[in-house]
Amino acid sequence: MSVERDVMEYDVVVVGAGPAGLAAACRLKQKAAEAGKELNVCVVEKGSEVGAHILSGAVFEPRALNELFPDWKARGAPLNVPVAGDEIYFFRSPEAAFKMPNVFVPKTMHNEGNYVISLGNLCRWLAKQAEDLGVEIYPGFAAQHAIVEDGIVKGVQIGDMGINREGEHKDDFAPGMELRAKYTLFAEGCRGHLGKQLIAQYQLDKDADPQHYAIGIKEIWTVPPEQHKPGLVVHGAGWPLNLLGTDALGGSFLYHFENSQVVVGLIVDLSYTNPYLSPFDEFQRFKHHPVIRKHLEGGTRVSYGARAIVKGGLNSLPKLAFPGGVLIGDDAGMLNFAKIKGSHTAMKSGMLAAEAVAEAIFAGDEGGKVLNGYADKFKASWLHDELYRSRNFGVFLHKFGSLIGGAINYVEQNWFGGKFPFTVHDLKPDYKTLKLASESQKIEYPKPDGKLSFDKLSSVFLSSTNHEEDQPVHLQLKDPSIPIGKNLPLYAEPAQRYCPAGVYEVVGDEGAKPSEKRFQINAQNCVHCKTCDIKDPAQNINWVAPEGGGGPNYANM
Amino acid sequence: MKALVSVKRVVDYNVRIQVKSDGSGVVTDGVKHSMNPFDEIAMEEAVRLKEKGKITEIVAVTIGGDKSEETLRTALAFGADRAIHIKEGGEVQPLTAAKAFAAVLKKEGAQLFIAGKQAIDDDANQTGQMVAALLDIAQATFASKVEVDGNKAVVTREVDAGLETIEVDLPAVITTDLRLNEPRYLKLPDIMKAKKKPIDATTFADLGVTPGAGFKVTKTAPPPTRSKGIVVKTVDELVAALKAKGLL
Repeated sequence: MSVERDVMEYDVVVVGAGPAGLAAACRLKQKAAEAGKELNVCVVEKGSEVGAHILSGAVFEPRALNELFPDWKARGAPLNVPVAGDEIYFFRSPEAAFKMPNVFVPKTMHNEGNYVISLGNLCRWLAKQAEDLGVEIYPGFAAQHAIVEDGIVKGVQIGDMGINREGEHKDDFAPGMELRAKYTLFAEGCRGHLGKQLIAQYQLDKDADPQHYAIGIKEIWTVPPEQHKPGLVVHGAGWPLNLLGTDALGGSFLYHFENSQVVVGLIVDLSYTNPYLSPFDEFQRFKHHPVIRKHLEGGTRVSYGARAIVKGGLNSLPKLAFPGGVLIGDDAGMLNFAKIKGSHTAMKSGMLAAEAVAEAIFAGDEGGKVLNGYADKFKASWLHDELYRSRNFGVFLHKFGSLIGGAINYVEQNWFGGKFPFTVHDLKPDYKTLKLASESQKIEYPKPDGKLSFDKLSSVFLSSTNHEEDQPVHLQLKDPSIPIGKNLPLYAEPAQRYCPAGVYEVVGDEGAKPSEKRFQINAQNCVHCKTCDIKDPAQNINWVAPEGGGGPNYANM
Repeated sequence: MKALVSVKRVVDYNVRIQVKSDGSGVVTDGVKHSMNPFDEIAMEEAVRLKEKGKITEIVAVTIGGDKSEETLRTALAFGADRAIHIKEGGEVQPLTAAKAFAAVLKKEGAQLFIAGKQAIDDDANQTGQMVAALLDIAQATFASKVEVDGNKAVVTREVDAGLETIEVDLPAVITTDLRLNEPRYLKLPDIMKAKKKPIDATTFADLGVTPGAGFKVTKTAPPPTRSKGIVVKTVDELVAALKAKGLL
């Protein structure tokens, strides 16, 4: 089906209005103003508005923001809650925990000078700054694929609207536009669907360790004002995940935000081994721990969401530039796992890329080159230094568990400043870590009590996610026979459990023959977390962008 | 012939509405807003009438603070030729809105006022009717089909008993129901063009409207949550439980 497409030409197109993309857009315009030149910059965002798909803890380190807008306070940036207290717990059991004395906390986990924020609101503010600088931002439009001609990325094509489930044009069919640019900045966040294709196409990761991921599930609660302590930051490791073992790792967070709101979340490393594990249910039971419960009791849950997190760090970082484009932020994997922070690193990478792009274009570059200037700037920056110091952090946890690995990290971070004279590697990709169901123990999760813990569907409802019903399923199976034919017998089809939104179901009576079972994809529920694309043991699920504007509508996430 | 279309910025229909803990209203901060869906239908209908050559100009109008400009830009992307922003923050009651729209309608000399039958935030369903009354012109509410011919409009209305077709003389007020049309997808080039279309700002004072408060919201409360059911094992238990509730 060939359709005529409108084309718009820009100097720079940015894919994704998150911290990396927006910081890059702002920086481009700042550089243009400094040079007294023009740069046309366009940002496309698949969420229905800027911030709709942004989900983060978040404790925010303002380093990159200080560089981008030194006067952010006067500009009204939503950094309203300075961190007022840091607590770290090792959860030993459903009832017991010990609080780590401050002297044993790795330096990277200290949060003085940081702020408890909503990253979604910070992005909304950044978008306003960008628009004031002349950036064009178009939310509700998903970049469907990169335009590659003669091996050079020339821009992106926006997804068509008005296509039915069978792929036919509906009455309101509207062809997606081509946005062409000298350089395209890919800032889709963790496991961006275009970033994934580009990394494969240009073999950007051939010298890097496999990327590693986690899934973060987060809720926002409104609590009684008398139990609200703005700025209190609580981190934890251990129960319901492992403290000593390495089968299920991760950590938890609970932050007291503004307006009597408390955010709580659990991060589960996607290197977990038991296919019966359900990150969603682990999180629900986690909230019953006395250390956590006391913050939430008497409150109401107002929002829910989930997002994959990229955590391989420097060892897993792909090459950043390819002809005509670059990867920035978590699309490349800039998150600093030792700090569990990716926003300031995302912003910084976007700013560095913007500087390289602006310098190249002002020097007469017509686009389409491999922007090595970005990689050079990255290597010379504090961002690289920071990621270098953190390169072993996640690996030690993966190899030795939270307690022992954590102790090694304490030594490296606090005594060696993050600079052990060696680098450790974690070479097993997350989709290969599952044990067979027959060798694994089933996990019986407690029933939700409807006060602290909830079922999946009522949770997804709070993400306000929505997709036009009559459109092609955006979770594509490369081989439709695998879920029932292979994943079910081998791994009890883990998609049913790792998906935090109830997208995947195996339908059929318990004990029925596999031939009587059916794999159902409820694509409408999807919260765009990308976990399925990462964890499916057969790497059979391909997440592609649905019709623009679909997906969650997060507020204050 | 000119058509005036009113559009309102409301909390998006996908958002789960939350009542403020003090009962003073619903949470709107940080929540996604978009154009009232019934107003999208009104915009779509106006654009279709223009495409059919029945009207020549579409003017979109809204009442609201600075952020309502986004809603006007959406209307301009749909195909409005220009827009009027009545810049008034805070609560605006239907009668006040109607007086302002009536004043604009008169000033513009528009023959058609097309509005959503109601906004999904307050569900008042009053403004269109009040505009008609204030100007003493015809009204055709809950439209599911509109045909404009010369200075008459034939409108099919969704009424309780089925469909009612009426003919009205222009100028007239038409309010749109759900089945009238399916609003189009906004195209990126149209959104780009919309950024350059003119928006005139005005105020209630400029229009000679004094905002009134015909009613006062005393309390906002969420609907009661469903209480947990009980599982009965036998018919006898069921009968006993129903009797205990006084249902048998």
